[in-house]
Amino acid sequence: MSAPSAIAGTPAWTLPARGRVGIGGLILAESAVFAIFVAAYVFYVGKSLSGPTPKEVLDLPVVVSILLWSSSLTIHVAVRALRGGAVQSFTLWWLVTILLGAAFLAGTGAEWHRLIYQDGLTIRTNLFGTTFYSLVGLHAAHVIVGLVLLTIVLILALGGHVTRAHAERADTLSLYWHFVDAVWLVVFLVVYVGAR
Amino acid sequence: MRGAGAAALLAIIGAAAVAIAGDDTTRTSSIFAPVSAPADAVVTAAMLVLAITAGIFVVVGSLLTYGVVRFRQPPDDDGSEPPQVYGSEQIELAWTVIPILIVVVLCLVTARTVYDVQGATRPPGAVDVTVVGHQWWWEIRYPALGIVTANELHVPVSDPANRTPTFLALESADVAHSFWVPRLAGKTDVIPNRRNTMWIEPRETGLFLGQCAEYCGTQHAHMLLRVYVHPRAEFDAWVARQREPAVADASGAAGRHVFETTACINCHTVRGTVATGRFGPDLTHLMSRDTLVAGAAPMTPEALRDWIANPDHVKPGALMPAMQLGATELDQLVAYLVTLR
Amino acid sequence: MAVLDPTIAAVHRDADRPSVLAILHDWVVTVDHKRLGLMYIASGLVFFLVAGSEAAIMRIQLALPNNHFVSPQVFNRMMTLHGTTMVFFVGMPILLGFANYLVPLMVGARDMAFPRLNAFSFWMSLFGACLLYFSFLGAEGLYGGGTAPDVGWFAYAPLTARAFSRGNSTDYWTLSLLVSGIGSIGTAVNLLATTLCLRCPGMTLGKMPLFVWLNFVVACMILIVISPLTAAQIMLTLDRFLGAHFFDTQAGGSAVLWQHFFWIFGHPEVYVLILPGFAFASEIIPVFSRKVIFGYPFMVAASVSIGFISLGVWAHHMFTVGMTPAGNTFFAVSTMIVGVPTGIKVFNWLATIWGGKIRFATPMLFCIGFLFQFLCAGLTGIMLSVAPFDWQLSDSYFVVAHFHYVLIGGLLFTIFGAIYYWFPKATGRRLDETLGRWHFWLFVVGFNLTFAPLHFAGMIGMPRRIYTYQPGRGFELWNQLASAGVVFQAAAIVFFLWNVVRSLVRGAPAGADPWDAWTLEWSTSSPPPPYNFETLPVVRSRRPLWDLKHPDDPDWRYE
Repeated sequence: MSAPSAIAGTPAWTLPARGRVGIGGLILAESAVFAIFVAAYVFYVGKSLSGPTPKEVLDLPVVVSILLWSSSLTIHVAVRALRGGAVQSFTLWWLVTILLGAAFLAGTGAEWHRLIYQDGLTIRTNLFGTTFYSLVGLHAAHVIVGLVLLTIVLILALGGHVTRAHAERADTLSLYWHFVDAVWLVVFLVVYVGAR
Repeated sequence: MRGAGAAALLAIIGAAAVAIAGDDTTRTSSIFAPVSAPADAVVTAAMLVLAITAGIFVVVGSLLTYGVVRFRQPPDDDGSEPPQVYGSEQIELAWTVIPILIVVVLCLVTARTVYDVQGATRPPGAVDVTVVGHQWWWEIRYPALGIVTANELHVPVSDPANRTPTFLALESADVAHSFWVPRLAGKTDVIPNRRNTMWIEPRETGLFLGQCAEYCGTQHAHMLLRVYVHPRAEFDAWVARQREPAVADASGAAGRHVFETTACINCHTVRGTVATGRFGPDLTHLMSRDTLVAGAAPMTPEALRDWIANPDHVKPGALMPAMQLGATELDQLVAYLVTLR
Repeated sequence: MAVLDPTIAAVHRDADRPSVLAILHDWVVTVDHKRLGLMYIASGLVFFLVAGSEAAIMRIQLALPNNHFVSPQVFNRMMTLHGTTMVFFVGMPILLGFANYLVPLMVGARDMAFPRLNAFSFWMSLFGACLLYFSFLGAEGLYGGGTAPDVGWFAYAPLTARAFSRGNSTDYWTLSLLVSGIGSIGTAVNLLATTLCLRCPGMTLGKMPLFVWLNFVVACMILIVISPLTAAQIMLTLDRFLGAHFFDTQAGGSAVLWQHFFWIFGHPEVYVLILPGFAFASEIIPVFSRKVIFGYPFMVAASVSIGFISLGVWAHHMFTVGMTPAGNTFFAVSTMIVGVPTGIKVFNWLATIWGGKIRFATPMLFCIGFLFQFLCAGLTGIMLSVAPFDWQLSDSYFVVAHFHYVLIGGLLFTIFGAIYYWFPKATGRRLDETLGRWHFWLFVVGFNLTFAPLHFAGMIGMPRRIYTYQPGRGFELWNQLASAGVVFQAAAIVFFLWNVVRSLVRGAPAGADPWDAWTLEWSTSSPPPPYNFETLPVVRSRRPLWDLKHPDDPDWRYE
């Protein structure tokens, strides 16, 4: 935040907001973790000694991906509403975001169920299973954490504790959510599109 | 204090020279006593690097010493601050460019040596050896010659006119190891699910020592290597003896019975008998080797007896189990094994 | 009697002396960056003694060939714990502790950007350390080393697979580092945000002390490089517990992949360790030479360059793995290149001393020792960067000697210098100079006596991580010298600890600015009040106190 200048005639002293920088740092670190899991996935493509290949068992998860990426839009709308002071609108769009995220998780769960019980692919089946479940699972774990955080804010909002003054913080949290969605874009391209 | 430091440094260098040259009781494995082409290439590159770094050390070290001595606060100092010098672009440029030039020289030397050593072509007379690293011993196979032995590598000396280097394929049966015989070549790691290759071209006969150089568990320290470089005729004779099946000496009959009816045959091979285990070293010509237990014990009947009675006592953590043999059976077994020349 | 911390006096002004429990409570719940910094440093020093003892055990075992002081199992656990503890539970905490204490003060702020995250990070870090040492109590218990990890600090695959590493010793290694890694990331986020968002008016990035710059680069590096280790450890844990195949060579997995991931973390990590050492030197050397640091912009540029380039040199730890000639050459070249900005920094420190009026107080003694020894370390590093030379020297005692010259001769010396320099600020008392000299000289002798000979042991073929060696190889002389050096180092540490304890109780009082220095931490009392500054400072140059002391010749005219 900016501080008024103590010396008359000198320009105001403006520095970046610490919340933004903090979440930026966290995103940097998390990106590095995902980069390594993606690197492992790419390294092991085609190297499995046995078992189902990506091409055989993976379908493009178009629907859940659209759901997840839409949640980026809805959270953006929510934050904008809160900046304008429209708490009700914020709460509604925030809730939609959570529901979209939950739907994504449900879709992932359904996909895993099919892969495990129908296609016989588990984390220990082969290298593809190992790298697939760990990468997608790591992403899903981040979605879960995000949903928990979003839900806490939702509960606070429903209790009437969230006001326009909290818009900055909601925006900071939304950055984390955008990051999670961006990671899914990478996973979608590398794993699902790459399988073809 | 500085004079004492310089004297100590000279003493250490002197001792180093002695240690590197070796005395009568020391068999050196110094990297600066190469007897093989790849090791020679390393020393050539190393000498240039050492010269450059020594030069840098002398220059920078002298400037530091001089600076620290010359610019001490005088005892009669008036407490004023010396002139504040904030920087100089020219000086910064100079001591950026000069190191970069040194780096360029080092890069060229490095690239040349790397490509020379790693890109060496295999002449037709080369001997092929496959080395398989185990916890904690070396399996040594000569696929073309039909020989399997352990821990001791025998190769022919190479004549520049008629080159007979030895090319080694390195594999691991368990964890990562590293094959290092300093006087013959730089080390190359031995990694499971990965086939590395290296070569040696010894120009002197003799015995050269090495050992595993990648931490591989409890007995990493006792995975020693002995490389015997022979004149061609001697090498051929060794090969011929190794190719024969195991000696069938009557004095070892009782022990052979013990060997073949105990679990020994699950892990060990004695060619020409029912023992075809691959988990432990090949024992067909056990007595032709100079050491036992990958260098942890001498090749004597007493040491052999101790080892079989209680491996963990000789090499704590070793994977060979104690066979719980009675004293008589043990004696018979040892009497058999010493016939495996 | 001088009060250690005015907070206690302020809170319990009219009460009796506070109870031990009350004092303990204050420290446990604190979010004050200064207290957390001191706790980081104190815990780091405790583990320094522990890891030093582990080293002493190894050196006793290696003093003689075929020695039986400890079993191979115990030795291998000592070897693993020594490295792991020194890097993660001594180096990182002490350095992040100093950063914690000093960065807010130097940028003119009241605390770090996220005080509660700060506290969380410290306790996570400490918990990780305790988890690692709890491993001694598993299995057979203390005798035989319990289930302490024995896979080396770098835990190469597939030695860490379930098949080769039975029980949970490897899991203690993995989990303790995962936990403390979270702490490191938290502190890095804090440093990043504090540096970017809490600087006092007038302190542009170009006017921050070099200490702040270097810790800023370190914070960015931590955010990028701890994650690869975290990722690799998650993968290892999945392998060990869920049957995954990341590093399972039987299933087509790659042992070399672990090495890549580990060293992508591991190499920048050693720069994370040494850069704060450079930070200490960059503050101490100017003050005791009575000259401004030479070439500030180039020092900043060099530091940032080191940060970047160090991300691209990792496979020089893997020259012997069997990479292609192109791969080996690339990493040799990048490693040589990273030596250039490092050299530039050494030359700039030399130029700072040049033409100065050097005062040989204990902090400066340690920094001068640092300069000579780090020069040696850098040169042996250049030797190792020449890949073919590394084919002989890698995994030998030459490498051990090299990195101990960097970490002890370089980093630890600057840490000692920093302790002597900032102890008065943190406690309001000075450390004794005579005891400091004993500490310094004993340590110089002991350290060099131990590690100089080990270069030669490596060159005549002694590999590292071996619990014993055979007579007749020529290793004996070097090992005996190395083990003898331990006595001097231990004596030095005794002097150091005695100095600290004695000075805490009856050291000479220090004012706000006992060294006549120039950065903002010296403008407040010793120790500083909890709120750091009465009014937030406004600065105009890199040395605000120089400007105040020399109003006729301020820095901002020349920067």
